[in-house]
Amino acid sequence: MSQHPDALPDAEAQCRQLADLIRPQLHKKPALVGIFSGGAWIAERLRELLDLPEEIGMIDVSFYRDDFAEKGLHPQCRPTVIPFDVEGRHLILVDDVLYTGRTTRAAINELFDYGRPAAVELAVLADRGGRELPVASTYGIWEVTLSEAQNLVLDRNANGQLAWRLENV
Amino acid sequence: MYNPQLNKAGELIHLLSIEGLPQRILTQILDTAESFMEVSAREVKKVPLLRGKSVFNLFFENSTRTRTTFEIAAKRLSADVINLDINKSSTAKGETLLDTIDNLCAMHANLFVVRHASSGAPYLIAEHLQRIGRDDVHVVNAGDGRHAHPTQGLLDMYTIRHYKKDFSQLRVAIVGDILHSRVARSDIHALTTLGVPEVRAIGPETLLPKYMDKLGVHVFHDMEEGLRDCDVVIMLRLQNERMTGALLPSAGEYFRHYGLTPQKLARAKPDAIVMHPGPMNRGVEIHSAVADGPQAVILPQVTFGIAVRMAVMSIVAGN
Repeated sequence: MSQHPDALPDAEAQCRQLADLIRPQLHKKPALVGIFSGGAWIAERLRELLDLPEEIGMIDVSFYRDDFAEKGLHPQCRPTVIPFDVEGRHLILVDDVLYTGRTTRAAINELFDYGRPAAVELAVLADRGGRELPVASTYGIWEVTLSEAQNLVLDRNANGQLAWRLENV
Repeated sequence: MYNPQLNKAGELIHLLSIEGLPQRILTQILDTAESFMEVSAREVKKVPLLRGKSVFNLFFENSTRTRTTFEIAAKRLSADVINLDINKSSTAKGETLLDTIDNLCAMHANLFVVRHASSGAPYLIAEHLQRIGRDDVHVVNAGDGRHAHPTQGLLDMYTIRHYKKDFSQLRVAIVGDILHSRVARSDIHALTTLGVPEVRAIGPETLLPKYMDKLGVHVFHDMEEGLRDCDVVIMLRLQNERMTGALLPSAGEYFRHYGLTPQKLARAKPDAIVMHPGPMNRGVEIHSAVADGPQAVILPQVTFGIAVRMAVMSIVAGN
């Protein structure tokens, strides 16, 4: 059973709000790095909204997860692509949902294997609490409370539109 | 059918042979290897996946290249790698294979990479591990006798997919000593599983096994005929010891009939790729003009081999 999408906020509008939050920081020449898959879609959208000339980075944290011993390797991992030099750059890591903070930890570790960035910030559409690590977002739009049995999922439809969906786990 | 390579959930726990593996597993390995290709291009060529795990290279038969690429792959996964010099070890003092394994398990081994002159040795180890209840220890076959060399087969598939994108339209020729080649056997099973419609075996009658048509392979003794319109040409190494036996008249004669020259390669499609598992015998199975030519992808094969071995080790160690 998943909840009707109309009951959830408009993810596209949230992307525009997120872009507004980041816009004052553009003088730092930030580079965007989206975490697969939702974060990469949002980063792509932010790039359009902020009119950034540079390709975004995309990161798959499968090789850096801390639950490899329990869960093994994710059967569908994708190549991480960082099309710019990380050394000395101002990076904005983009994810759809911030929850335990473990994915963010893994992504930061992975980024540092490309070089030493000047700074790493975190931009998310949704923050559902439940942190297990000292991680906080720099830019966030929506604070939402969910039960542990629920999962907040970002979908991208055939027209490239982003929308939230709730699923029960 | 019972397959010691897969657990009850159908996940890969050992890599012993391509034979018997479903297409989804082969595709998963190739896809994962694609992600690892990128790791080798980074500033820090390491991911922390196998941190704290111990990989033992057990090479009962000599091989510098395969052992080295497994070692590099394990190190890029952050594992500790122990190379056992078997000739100087307890085996030389009379210890049995399974006693060696038990001792290494007592040293907290997590993964064995095994090369052995006897076909089936990696199976023996995998079954022993299951019998003693060590489902946390994994085996990867790095070549057993004439039987299988699955990581070479997989890196060949990776190479083909990299250059040709799609398996479903290809004509692939394997040339040379197929009878004694574990690489050829692994390649044939992998090509068939991945849906390659036409696999050809080219070589002298003395070096082709009798059962080729049972594997769905077309046999050619005339190389120019066999190479016609092929997309991929896989050359095999001619082992020198075959010359001394009665199987072949001489290296020169072999080269005349089955050596890959630019003239013979011209029979294949103009964009055909040429592969070789190495080490090459220039002037025996391959002409230098081909080995160093624009269609050769022999060195990329070596690079892909590291990513493929990283994928295999991380998948089995995680299951």
